Amino acid sequence: MSDIKKFLYVNRKPPYGTIYALESLEVVLIGAAFEQDVSLAFLDDGVFQLTRGQNTDAIGVKNFSPTFRALGDYEVTKLYVERESLEERGLTEGDLQEITYEDEDDDWEEKPSIRVVSRAEMAGIMADQDVVLSF
Amino acid sequence: MKIGVVVSEGPYTHQAADTAYQFVKAALDKGHEVPRVFFYHDGVNVSTRLSVPPQDERHIQKQWTALAQEHEIDLVVCIAAAQRRGLLDENEAKRQGKDANNIAEGFRISGLGQLIEMGIQTDRLVTFGD
Repeated sequence: MSDIKKFLYVNRKPPYGTIYALESLEVVLIGAAFEQDVSLAFLDDGVFQLTRGQNTDAIGVKNFSPTFRALGDYEVTKLYVERESLEERGLTEGDLQEITYEDEDDDWEEKPSIRVVSRAEMAGIMADQDVVLSF
Repeated sequence: MKIGVVVSEGPYTHQAADTAYQFVKAALDKGHEVPRVFFYHDGVNVSTRLSVPPQDERHIQKQWTALAQEHEIDLVVCIAAAQRRGLLDENEAKRQGKDANNIAEGFRISGLGQLIEMGIQTDRLVTFGD
């Protein structure tokens, strides 16, 4: 693949209740094989996708949240979370899973994948993309 | 300009498949290229050939099939999304041991890689959905 594009997957919906979050993650995992510059954005109810301690036993739906922790192995290392969306829902960064990746350019040091950004910064991140897929 | 299109909501329930159809027609009329349309989430339901809407209503699947044949548009239905929702082509039906298939002419079932590839190869990606 000669040209590398910036892909942003925008996640705006809660993890359960509709299938959007799960099918978004499926695109991210398949897309990783294409070696593009991939980022994920979490805003609105999409921030709930990353919360820790999810348990879906009572609703009979697969809990796919552990998959986010594997994204580093797919070289998906930029997960932008909108601060205002967290605050509006009474959440802090501490309510989110720890998701890390090993930085091959820095002696494989383990670094956090989640970056909490302001709404204004998120707008800038979106404007900077070549391809935006919204879920 | 090369434009890729994603349809991510189901037919009749939602306007997405209709608006995408009108958009593709308008883009082609203006001289743009639409090499591929990718159907995802409930959008895959557009591809069933067993849809029988009342006669005085538009037939969304037939509209897409006709447009694709006229303009050589690649209508791709996501295999993972399709299988969850009971949409199978002849090969998949055989592979899964099912007694029927239902993908309409002009559509083909393939993987999500086709969506990423479309994003790479087109100048713009336009999504129709919620």
